[in-house]
Amino acid sequence: MTNHTEPNLVHAYIDDELDLVRSMEVEDHLAECADCAGQVASYRALRAGIGAHALRYSAPAQFRASLLEEIGKESFSEPSLENGLKKKPDALPRASFSPWANLRIPIWNWAALAACLAIAVGALFFGVHQRREHNLSQEIVADHVRSLMATHLTDVLTSDQHTVKPWFTGKLDFSPQVRDLSPQGYDLIGGRLDYLAGHSVAAIVYQRRKHVINLLTWPSDDADEQPKSSAQQGFNLIEWRQAGMYYCAVSDLNQAELMDFVSMLRK
Amino acid sequence: MFSNSWNKFLLTGVLHSQGGFPTDEQAKLARFDAVVMPHLDAAYNLARWMTRNTTDAEDVAQEAMLRAFRFFNTFQGEDGRVWLLTIVRNTYLTWLRRQIPQQNAAEFDEAVHTDIEAALTPESEVLRRAGEQQIRKAIAQLPPEYREVILMRELEQMSYKEIAAVTQSPLGTIMSRLSRGRNLLRRLVGGECGTEVKHRD
Repeated sequence: MTNHTEPNLVHAYIDDELDLVRSMEVEDHLAECADCAGQVASYRALRAGIGAHALRYSAPAQFRASLLEEIGKESFSEPSLENGLKKKPDALPRASFSPWANLRIPIWNWAALAACLAIAVGALFFGVHQRREHNLSQEIVADHVRSLMATHLTDVLTSDQHTVKPWFTGKLDFSPQVRDLSPQGYDLIGGRLDYLAGHSVAAIVYQRRKHVINLLTWPSDDADEQPKSSAQQGFNLIEWRQAGMYYCAVSDLNQAELMDFVSMLRK
Repeated sequence: MFSNSWNKFLLTGVLHSQGGFPTDEQAKLARFDAVVMPHLDAAYNLARWMTRNTTDAEDVAQEAMLRAFRFFNTFQGEDGRVWLLTIVRNTYLTWLRRQIPQQNAAEFDEAVHTDIEAALTPESEVLRRAGEQQIRKAIAQLPPEYREVILMRELEQMSYKEIAAVTQSPLGTIMSRLSRGRNLLRRLVGGECGTEVKHRD
């Protein structure tokens, strides 16, 4: 064999740090190359030799105790630890040195500071919340587009609501509501299982003329919310929460009709 | 006043003797207790192997723990062990800079050891059965940049990614240091073992 496995790869292989494909390549090579196989065996033996002894040192009890004491000192000698400056343990009381010693900060100042902080934190959370919502609608649109591009619009293809609903049983830890709206012009065409925003999601697929509507749903702990519409990359989204479930209808259908569809579902 | 148990220390030691603490300080202690203290042994182990003696290990480990406590507000919720060992390693490097005159002499001299290596090819069986003292001695002889990655990999069972985070080096560097470190270690363990066998014969 001329193409020996690189030494670095040999070690990554021994340490289980290679991905499956590369790991299989190394194995294939080892099967036919005695040199490399010998290397692997000898490094494994070395690891076994190291592993056979308790080489790890534990912190001695006395050291641990004195360390705790030091941390304790640190903790109450320095109220403003956060600035990272170390104060000498036996330094004299601050008042005698500090030019700030006699400066009393009026109480209203603290109140103002607290208010500023509260506002800042609030703004931060609001921002994070907004961003999360934005991400979610992006994910939903991406899921919708994917479902149209790949031949994976439906896992179960049927217009019968009594086939779609049981199909989800055993695949999800919740049971989505599936309604037949074909008399109203929204044909049920099937269901699909997806994974979105960290949960398993039921996608129930409807069609209005040539427009596909993905109705995504999963359980949510939040309180009920009225339908809220938005648009993303030319798609219309309407999301709401009802009876412990989150719903989002996404489609290229116009907003008025999509809202019509949603209000029929919610009846 | 301070008990060996950290929990007792937290609840009875500091808080009672001080007659109450600002709540954020209490919270900090509790969080430090939960996130950092479980890795004290890992910190001490790294310090002990890198400094190669108990006194310096205690100095380095203590300094590192105090730094960790002082800078705990910069901890962003990443892996506590990775975070702490990064501090231990930096503390060790600072310590090393003060030690350089004494340290150099003790380092592994590759030229001296290559002769042994040339004479003896270590067999897997020899490596597998190597005695504790042999292995300890061999690891202690490794140059520090190899020793630290071997320690983190073999004694702390850390992933390449974690080791890369602690040493602040790319994965490729970790891989090549491990590779060279193990190669050297194999020669040291195998070589010394071979010499002993020779003596016995």
